Amino acid sequence: MIKILLFAHLQEEIGVKDFEIEVRETTVQQLKELLKVKFKFPNLDNVMVAINEEYAMEQDVIHSGDTVALIPPVSGG
Amino acid sequence: MKLFEIVDTPIQVDQVIKKVESRKAGAITTFIGVVREWTKGKRTLYLEYDAYVPMAEKILANIGEEIQTKWPNTIVAISHRIGRLDISDIAVVIAVSSPHRKAAYEANEYAIERIKQMVPIWKKEHWENGEAWIGDQLEKVPYPNGKPNIEVGDMS
Repeated sequence: MIKILLFAHLQEEIGVKDFEIEVRETTVQQLKELLKVKFKFPNLDNVMVAINEEYAMEQDVIHSGDTVALIPPVSGG
Repeated sequence: MKLFEIVDTPIQVDQVIKKVESRKAGAITTFIGVVREWTKGKRTLYLEYDAYVPMAEKILANIGEEIQTKWPNTIVAISHRIGRLDISDIAVVIAVSSPHRKAAYEANEYAIERIKQMVPIWKKEHWENGEAWIGDQLEKVPYPNGKPNIEVGDMS
């Protein structure tokens, strides 16, 4: 089980703040593909991923129990 | 006392400054980011900020560590507000103290640039005729290396 957190426009487009998916192990890249194909997410090319509050690279591995945040380009300040 | 925080209530500037006061300091610089009404001819009615709060606070603290490495003997405090903000409301306050003024000025500018690159905070513009989440304010290709620039080169 992986917990996915959504923010900003992704949260509005998908309509939830967070949800869980039944996946044991996946890379960041594979997860993005899965979200696009199976969950009809929009283009995620510019979206960063954080695993357990740390920025991750496309090839980093996500394990069951991890919290994964999808981070669109930021606009703080 | 929390040096790096995301808050959902108005920021008290003097309290952020107090956090960096030190007998070793000869200068304190304060940056106050406020909500602007007009951007490129478009009138903003109000803004809405969202954040991934625990990660945002962690990354603000990382920025503080970067600053202390680059400019030794500085003390940094950053507060960023989220929720609905009206025109002229304070969105962010950065206070830096240092023994001499140059480091305090430079480190303060570095902090706001890093916030705009790294920290998971988003703003939504509400205009008279619409609304949109804003991304990539620096108008650079986002994350060319797969993650936000960890090393910042020339700040000029």
